Amino acid sequence: MMFFDQILQGIFLGAYYALIACGLSFLFGVMRIINLAHGSIAVLSAFLVLSLAEHFGISPFFALLLAVPVMAAAGFVLQRTILERSLRSGPLTPLLSTFGLAVVLDNSMFQSFGANTRSLAPNIGDLSFAGWSGPGGIEVGQLAVLTLVVAVALLSGLQALLTYTPLGRAIRACAEDPETAELVGIDARHVYAAATAIALVTVAIAGTFLAMRSTFDPYTGPTQLIFAFEAIVIGGTGSLWGTLIGGIVLGVAQNLGSQVSPQGFLIGGHLAFLLVLAARFAFAGRDWRGWFGVRSRAVA
Amino acid sequence: MSLLAVENLSARHGLLQAVSGVSFTAAEGEILALVGANGAGKTTLLRTIAGSHRAAGGRISFEGADLGTMRAHRRVQLGIALVPEGRRLFGAMTVEENLKVAGANGRRGRWTIETVLDAFALLKPLLRRRCGELSGGQQQATAIGRALMTNPRVLLLDEVSLGLSPVAVRTVYDSLQTVIAQGDTTIVLVEQDLSRALRIATRVACMLEGRIVLEGKAADLTRERITEAYFGLRRGEGGMRA
Amino acid sequence: MKGAKDCEGAPAVRRWSPLSIAAIGSLVALLALLAFGPAYLGSYLTDRLTTLFIYVIMASMWNALAGYGGLVSVGQQAFFGLGAYLAIRLSYAGVNVYLALVLAPLIVGLFSLPLSSFALRLRGGEFAIGMWVLAELAHLLVNLDGLVQGETGISLIAISAFAPDARRSYNYWLALGMMTLLVVLGFFLLRSRTGAAIQAIRDNEDAAASVGVRVFATKRLIFVLAAAGCAAAGSLMLSTLVSFQPKTYFSVQWTAYMLFMTLVGGLGTFEGPIVGAVLFFLVETMFADTGVWYLIGLGATALIFSLFVPRGIWGTISDRFGIQLMPVGYRLRFRVPSNAGATP
Repeated sequence: MMFFDQILQGIFLGAYYALIACGLSFLFGVMRIINLAHGSIAVLSAFLVLSLAEHFGISPFFALLLAVPVMAAAGFVLQRTILERSLRSGPLTPLLSTFGLAVVLDNSMFQSFGANTRSLAPNIGDLSFAGWSGPGGIEVGQLAVLTLVVAVALLSGLQALLTYTPLGRAIRACAEDPETAELVGIDARHVYAAATAIALVTVAIAGTFLAMRSTFDPYTGPTQLIFAFEAIVIGGTGSLWGTLIGGIVLGVAQNLGSQVSPQGFLIGGHLAFLLVLAARFAFAGRDWRGWFGVRSRAVA
Repeated sequence: MSLLAVENLSARHGLLQAVSGVSFTAAEGEILALVGANGAGKTTLLRTIAGSHRAAGGRISFEGADLGTMRAHRRVQLGIALVPEGRRLFGAMTVEENLKVAGANGRRGRWTIETVLDAFALLKPLLRRRCGELSGGQQQATAIGRALMTNPRVLLLDEVSLGLSPVAVRTVYDSLQTVIAQGDTTIVLVEQDLSRALRIATRVACMLEGRIVLEGKAADLTRERITEAYFGLRRGEGGMRA
Repeated sequence: MKGAKDCEGAPAVRRWSPLSIAAIGSLVALLALLAFGPAYLGSYLTDRLTTLFIYVIMASMWNALAGYGGLVSVGQQAFFGLGAYLAIRLSYAGVNVYLALVLAPLIVGLFSLPLSSFALRLRGGEFAIGMWVLAELAHLLVNLDGLVQGETGISLIAISAFAPDARRSYNYWLALGMMTLLVVLGFFLLRSRTGAAIQAIRDNEDAAASVGVRVFATKRLIFVLAAAGCAAAGSLMLSTLVSFQPKTYFSVQWTAYMLFMTLVGGLGTFEGPIVGAVLFFLVETMFADTGVWYLIGLGATALIFSLFVPRGIWGTISDRFGIQLMPVGYRLRFRVPSNAGATP
């Protein structure tokens, strides 16, 4: 039963990883950029939501509603100032510039908010510990279930946006071939900026859940980036439901690892990631179709 | 007044001069065929007009207004659409989505999914198919239909029949005739098949090494004169510029 | 085609220019002068220069990977940390401490050979973060070693058998020697046939493969060199800091430093990282005590250089004036046709 419980908790943890991963995956799918500042931006939005919640004395969920337009605007600015310019200078430049941005963000947050670890858990009352008891002493936290529901809703929402809306079709067209997209009247710059704004909205949601379910500090970002990246790669780069499955595999592997040793939590996750990669290389050539329907080009 | 006017246009690929000093005009409803050997600069010329390639010099004007460095999507909204070489469909999207995405971002007008399907009847049963799975002829029909969805006043068609079976070429050209029959769309097309170009076009321009070396009414030009220009045979320098 | 036709005469291919011969000459003289450094530099400068040599190694190795191999790694701290860890391990196993410092990078180099088969199948951003995951994993595994005592760490006690002054000089010479060796290795690697292949890969991997460049073997060579080089930097850093704490050595900050030095100096130029290391060294000496602001400044500078000065300081100078001190490439001189002057 202990074992079963660990798997169950791993699934809920995986739902958080799917949340944090979907923005990274989305941006990669649209622009072929891996944003190395992704985790730092998630922590930044966690600080934003925390500050709003404390300043106005409101629930973090209301604070998130206020943070969403701010992060969307930040996404627009990020695209116009950094990503667009990077994209023009070749495939390596986005990595260099977003890594530089991550260093700036992490240390600026340290400068502004100090080294103390923070959490939104005190701001959400019962939600942080309340749960339901199941048969065999299994406990299911309300926040964990909420995370899973939000993750599924967010991924479905993104899928629906891409499939059924004009903006979604324009995003897919640009993801596949930006030059031809321009030839059917699409302003690729505008679409990219909109896509980055959408990605940062998902990051704001993920950052809020990060802050509600655990503690964070200004240097938590890189770890979140690594978890998000591992979830994406395990699930198959750029695949929608793959991201959720990847997150769950990662969460379960970490939880099982933690049963072996205190450091096993992280080691278990990294090993699962490496094993999946090794398996993929062994079956090279068979690739997943991502949520843009394009074969993931960046995978060898 | 001519709808599209190109004056002394030049374009490069790095150090290579692909288009040099090209001038021509096209009036409303005119069908201009560009012929010439591979590497003569036809594709670059069309891409430069569409805004996909940067001009190195000269002027392109549409309804008398200089297009300057206007980006491709703005030109589409003015009414210039290119069917690119290789068709360049969004392969992961369905035929319907390819048409819709163009319809949502181009000009409004006569061309809608219904009218495009009337002109390209072969697409009707294929609407839900991914473009990556279609045959060459079906893809070319989709590509032309997609460009029409932006309701262009000038339609640039690059290598319409390249890589298609003779039957597919005939189907595509039959559909094009229904577009031409409307009489208000100017077409500039690149076609390797000389006799087909002569049949469909009102005027023909032959390009050699980045320049237009022969231009005239389709009815006035013989196959032989075009062939000579095509290979640069009538010129003392043996086709090479000093 | 037209461009080549318009040139007068055949283009001249040259490798050495008088300037580069003079540069190499003065470099050899400088090295000779530096070799006697401990005799006249005093203890402070000797220590500082040792650190500078380590920075030059780090920057050159990261540049070899990213600038020539097209491989942006955010995980070079894996090798940096492993170099220091192995030196500790060997020393505690009874190996002479300076021998351990030299052996450690060699072993890491060997270890990186099988690792490269795995890592090099990742592309672009996947390689970047994939290497970071490997660094995190290496950090966690090192923590499991009882000798290290988790994050508490351990000191290279054996080195204190040497008197402080002697130790300082030995560290200095070891760093100078390793830097010279690695930079010279890099120089000859880039000048060789492999070097031409490397630059072809950087320019266009698929095209290089299609003309028969052995892309994988070439990348592997760079990967192993960079791994051993970063391990050397780690083991040298250990010789000066003495104490080993996994958290310090496996920190992503080292990669941030490498990125800064390489970008500011000039990514993909041979001389650039050396210029970048000297600049970083000066900046650190002046501003390191401003703490976090210093780090924000480093990140912002790297960001600005990546966007606006992609060739870095040295690359920009070298492009503008056609200077190349270390002739790793060939120089093709021909008159650009005047009507094509707009295209660089």
